[in-house]
Amino acid sequence: MGSSGFQLFEFLVSFGYCFARIERRKIDLMKSLVCISKVPDTTTKVTFTDNNTKFNEENVQYIVNPYDEWYSLVRALELKEAKGEGTVTVVNVGPADNEQTIRKALAIGADDAVRIDAQPTDGYYTAAQIAAHAKDKGYDLVWAGSESIDYNGFEVGGMLAELLGLPYVQNATSIDYDGSSATLVRNIEGGQETLSVHSPFVLSTQKGMAEARIPNMRGIMQAKKKPLEVISPVEAENLTEITKFEHPPEKGEVKMIDPENVEELVDLLQNEAKVL
Amino acid sequence: MAVIVYPDTVEKEIKKASKEAVYYASKVAGQLGTETIALALGTLEEDKLSTLAKYGADQVATVHDERLDHFDSCAHTKAVAEIVEQYSARVIVIPYTNNGQGLAPRLSARLKAGLVPGAVDFPRTDGDFVVKKGVFSGKGFAYYKINTDRKIIGMLPNSIGPQENPKAGAVEQLNVTLEDSDFTVQVKDVQKSTEGVPLSEADLVVSGGRGLKGPENWGVIEDLAETIGAATACSRPVADSEWRPHHEHVGQTGQTIRPSLYIAIGISGAIQHLAGINKSKVIVAINKDPEAPILKEADYGIVADAFEVVPKLTEALKEKVAAS
Repeated sequence: MGSSGFQLFEFLVSFGYCFARIERRKIDLMKSLVCISKVPDTTTKVTFTDNNTKFNEENVQYIVNPYDEWYSLVRALELKEAKGEGTVTVVNVGPADNEQTIRKALAIGADDAVRIDAQPTDGYYTAAQIAAHAKDKGYDLVWAGSESIDYNGFEVGGMLAELLGLPYVQNATSIDYDGSSATLVRNIEGGQETLSVHSPFVLSTQKGMAEARIPNMRGIMQAKKKPLEVISPVEAENLTEITKFEHPPEKGEVKMIDPENVEELVDLLQNEAKVL
Repeated sequence: MAVIVYPDTVEKEIKKASKEAVYYASKVAGQLGTETIALALGTLEEDKLSTLAKYGADQVATVHDERLDHFDSCAHTKAVAEIVEQYSARVIVIPYTNNGQGLAPRLSARLKAGLVPGAVDFPRTDGDFVVKKGVFSGKGFAYYKINTDRKIIGMLPNSIGPQENPKAGAVEQLNVTLEDSDFTVQVKDVQKSTEGVPLSEADLVVSGGRGLKGPENWGVIEDLAETIGAATACSRPVADSEWRPHHEHVGQTGQTIRPSLYIAIGISGAIQHLAGINKSKVIVAINKDPEAPILKEADYGIVADAFEVVPKLTEALKEKVAAS
C-alpha cells in the first residue's frame, strides 16, 4: 500500500522536475554581463597635471581594457556561440565620451551595452554602480578583467561579488560552463588550481582564457545599431581617493659591457648592484 | 585597535609574500602603537604558525577548520570579517597575491573599509592615512588616501622584502560560525607549475624572447638560470608560439614580477613587456640589436649574439659560484 503511494509520489516529483526543466530551458537563456573599463592605450606617455593631482588626458588614445576585452568579453562570446543561445551584455561606468570605446565592444560581438553615467572615482564606487544595475537582472556569469591597466587594482570583481552576494573566482585562466555549473582554472602562487562553482557567480580573467578578436566591418556596422542604454548612477561612497601622482625615478644610463668580457658583468652584479 | 594580517597559504604552506606581509604589518602596528595579530585560517602545522611570530606577530590567531585549507572568497571573507570585529582591528594587511586579490576587495566591500590595492610602501599615518601604490602599469605612482576609519592594505609582494622581527606570537584558537553554504567553490586539483622557484616569488629571473629562435634552444636559458638558482620566464610571443608555457609569460597581460635581478635575453623590450618587469631592481639585457628598446630600460647591457655570449656568462658565473 505504502509502496504504490510512494511510486505515485515519485512519479509526480519526477514529472514536476521534468516540467521545471522544460520551463527553465525555455525561459532561462545564458546571460553574461561583462564589465568593461576604458583605459589609456598601452603606448601612452603618462603625465600629470594640476600639480600632479590629475592624470593628463590630453592627446591620450583610449581602448577597452585588454583584460576585459581579450579575456572576458571574447570568452563570454565563445561560450554563447558554443551553446548557440544566450546574451552578452557589456557594462561601463563613465561619461558620454566613453561610448566610442563601448561601441568597440559591441563591434567585437556583445549584444547590447549599458553605460552608467558617472565618473568611476574609486573601485568601490564603480562596483556599487555595476551591482545596482546587475542585482535583479538574473545574470548567470558576471565577468571582470583581473585588473585594468590604468589603476592596476584587481578589485572591482571581488567588490562586485560581495555586493551581489555571489561566489567569486579571481584570476581565472579558463572556464567551461554547462549552464548551471562551471569548471575553472585559476592562478595561485606557484601554480594553478582547478575548481568548480555553481552559477550565478562573478569571475575575473587573465591570460589563457581566449585570444584577441579583431572586429570586422560587419561587426562595426552592426555595432552602430545595437542598443546602448544609459542609466543614472546610484548614491555610493568613495572609500579611497588619490591625493597625488608621481613619476617613477629616472632610470640611470645603461652600462654597456664588452661581450668578450662577461667577467666584468659578473663583477658588477656582485659588487656594484649587489644582487648576486 | 590591533593590526590584523592575513597570511596567504597554498597547500598549507606560508608563502614568502605572507612573511613579508606579517613583517609589514608589525611595522605598521609599531607606527600606530598597537599589536600585530596574524590570522591563519585552516589546519596549519605548529611550526608554520611559529614562523608568523618570527616575522613579527605578537599573537597568532588560528581557525582550525579543514574546510578553510583551500581558498574560498566567500568563506574566507566571512571568517576574516568576523575576527576583525572581535579584535576591533583598525588596519588589515593582506598580501596582494592571487588569493589576496580574492579576499581584500571582497572584505573591503563587506566592511565598507577603504582598500589600497597593491601598496608598495609603508603607510603615512600622521594626519591622513596615505599609502603609495604603482599605477599605469609601472609608469607612475599614486598616493591613496583611505577615507574610512577601518583600512585595508593589499601589500604588493616583493615591495618591502620579508625581514625577521621576532615576537612572542602566542597561538590562540578562535571559532567562527561557518555554514557549509559559506563554501561556494569545490577545489578539484592543485597543479604546481614549476619544479624550481615559482616565478612570482623568485629573486632572480632569467627570461628569453624570440631572439632565441625556437624552443629547442632554451637550454642556454635553463643552464644560466640553474647556475644562479633563478626562475625562468619568457616574453609574450614566445608563450603565444607555445615555445614555453603561458605561466612563464611576463608582461602587461602576463605576470608582473619584481625580482632583484632580471636578465632579458633576446627580448626586444616592447612596452607591454616592460610593464611586467620595470619594477625589477636590476635589469640586464642581452640583445644583438643595439637599438632594442630593452637596452634603454636596462642597467647593464651586452650587444651580442645570445648563443655565443650566454654560455660564456654561465661559465663565468659557475666559477664565481664555485669560488664563493
